[in-house]
Amino acid sequence: MIRFDQVSKFYDSVPALRDFSLEAEKGETVVLLGLSGSGKTTTLRMVNGMVTPSSGQVMVREHAVSAWPLIELRRSIGYVIQEVGLFPHWTVAQNVGMLPKVVGWDVQKTRQRVKELLELVRLPYSNYARRYPSDLSGGEAQRVGVARALALKPDILLMDEPFGALDAITRQHTQTQFLQIKEEQNVTTLFVTHDIQEAFRIGDRIVIMKEGSMVEMGTPEALLENQESDYTRELLASVTLGFSGKEEKERTR
Amino acid sequence: MNRTRFILLLLILFLTVCQGSERSIIVGSKPFTENYVLAELLCQLIESNTDYDVERKFGLEGTWMCFRALEIGEIDLYPEYTGTGALVILKSEDQKDQQFENLRNTFEERFGITWLEPFGFNNSWALVVPEVLAVERNLHTYSQLAEQTDLRAAFTHEFLERKDGWPGLQGAYGFQFEEVKGIRHSLAYSAIIEGTIEVMDAYVTDGEILQYDLRLLDDDRRFFPEYFAAPLVRLETLWEFPDLEGILNMFAGKIDNTKMQRLNLQANEAGGGYPRVVSHFLSKKGVEQQIGLAETRSSMILRQTGRHLFLTGLAVLMACVAGIPGGILMSRNRKAAISIMGFANVVQTIPSIALLGALIPLLGIGFKPAIVALFLYSILPILRNTYTGIVDIPKSLTEVADAQGLTPSQKLTYLELPQAAPVILAGIRTSTVICVGTGTLAAFIGSGGLGEPILAGISLNDTGLILSGAIPASLLALILDFILGRMAVAVNPNK
Repeated sequence: MIRFDQVSKFYDSVPALRDFSLEAEKGETVVLLGLSGSGKTTTLRMVNGMVTPSSGQVMVREHAVSAWPLIELRRSIGYVIQEVGLFPHWTVAQNVGMLPKVVGWDVQKTRQRVKELLELVRLPYSNYARRYPSDLSGGEAQRVGVARALALKPDILLMDEPFGALDAITRQHTQTQFLQIKEEQNVTTLFVTHDIQEAFRIGDRIVIMKEGSMVEMGTPEALLENQESDYTRELLASVTLGFSGKEEKERTR
Repeated sequence: MNRTRFILLLLILFLTVCQGSERSIIVGSKPFTENYVLAELLCQLIESNTDYDVERKFGLEGTWMCFRALEIGEIDLYPEYTGTGALVILKSEDQKDQQFENLRNTFEERFGITWLEPFGFNNSWALVVPEVLAVERNLHTYSQLAEQTDLRAAFTHEFLERKDGWPGLQGAYGFQFEEVKGIRHSLAYSAIIEGTIEVMDAYVTDGEILQYDLRLLDDDRRFFPEYFAAPLVRLETLWEFPDLEGILNMFAGKIDNTKMQRLNLQANEAGGGYPRVVSHFLSKKGVEQQIGLAETRSSMILRQTGRHLFLTGLAVLMACVAGIPGGILMSRNRKAAISIMGFANVVQTIPSIALLGALIPLLGIGFKPAIVALFLYSILPILRNTYTGIVDIPKSLTEVADAQGLTPSQKLTYLELPQAAPVILAGIRTSTVICVGTGTLAAFIGSGGLGEPILAGISLNDTGLILSGAIPASLLALILDFILGRMAVAVNPNK
């Protein structure tokens, strides 16, 4: 679904990403885990052409990103960021219904879709549709952000620390909800975070990144069992994982 | 398509305004009492004897601006003085050039402008002494005055400096006064009444000479150039309106020094009401007056306020039409933005009078340069605010807009313009207030508007007239500021 072939990115000869290769299968959630400056976001933004690689190639659905019509590519990929970025002058319904409107759906169909999406993120339409972003809590705003990203039924979702600004309890609820939605929608997700617990909870596979390079990659189970690099060991030692992320995930399924 | 049509419409509107519909005769004047009176006299003569529309562009700043306006056809005529014509316009000190026939021929050949017949009086410089002293010592001429050595004199600074003033005069007559000092013209009259001086310079037709019982002495060696006042008219205008010459010559040779002194005195007392002095004078001379000719003060204020609103409104509208798209383009190219902003900032620092003056050679006087100058002043705040309004939109919003695949124009209409609207409107508000203020200065170049009564009031020393321009201008600024402030609240998208 998404493939990185030896991708590098330099900003004024300073490397942000070096020789990065990765393949994400359909429906898979790949988490990019690392500290700030490790190149996670740069990697993510290459998928929808917000960043252009200096060398190597990024493929989306078997076609190079550089070969895609940019607008079409972006409309087919959901995008969620920590700051959410809801347009403050629009209601929840307008924000969620923006892309359907832009691609020319009629009012009735758009309304139906918005309703569906708000139900999906557990925000009753009658209650939330007419509210403005300033009336929403952080958790609610982010759920609207997710609903907006899913509006055109994308098969790929890019999420850049989407739950980073939420308090601990809200974050857990939102994560749980996200796992359910992801299951239902069967989207391929690239998920950036620096939160280790979140990474193990959300990811089917985890890519550990450091200074623009991939340090190690594996399933949560494999990484917990055996760490090939000192960096991973150090990273995992810095938090005590109270429970196995996997168990929690099973439960929600 | 819609946008193109809108711009075309504006252009047509602008051109219509520039052209004017019906040809009227435009009369100018310099900014001092006597010239206002003479110009008004000419206007009323035309209005009483013809059906032509007359437009008054009075109080144009100085000889150069009046003559330039006449040369390029912004005005059709104005009252000028023969001495000024030779010395200032032709820059000639040759005595021959000052003779009326020669002057007229030179002007016709060189400029296509002619002098009609002089009114009669000679508004030259002159020395005056108190009547009492003149009787006592039997003084009639400068030669007789030169024999007196115990007198104290005070002259204006300009008179003391100019070659055709005191230095030349002293050379010609050999005056030897006890004391000679510099003084402001208006103060000199007080000094001579109080008896601290006995001799001063004056204009022959100053109303004060009558008022304070002073005697004009005779320049018996003909030192001073002659300053006969006469209508200066474009030849083209005379061809266009064949009966005009006769009408403008109706008072040729009929206003002597004393009559002009009396008119000036009455006009000084009437201030902004000088047109009534003129119509009274004309009716005494048997010129039939049209009823309801003189405009009342309130209808003048209303008319000038409307004119002012139109000037500033059009300038701000043009600044919006150019400034908002300009600001949007700048936000797309930040490097170019820096240099454009720099240039616009420089334009903003040019003093308004200098900018208006600089535009005259390019656009003449009147409506066009005023609109262009006001436009140049208005555009910066709109340009700057549109640019910053867009650039300051939180990065998360623009990033989401891009990442969702909005086209640039969708991004503009869905996100950037609504978000920047309050900032853009604040810029329009600043522009409007600047424009209303600067608009009063545009009256210097004959644009009309509320600056016109202000300038006339200053020249005619009429506080009421000054206030009848200044108060509506301030109110206009306050009201527009208030309305646009309210609109800024209304368009704020982040409630």
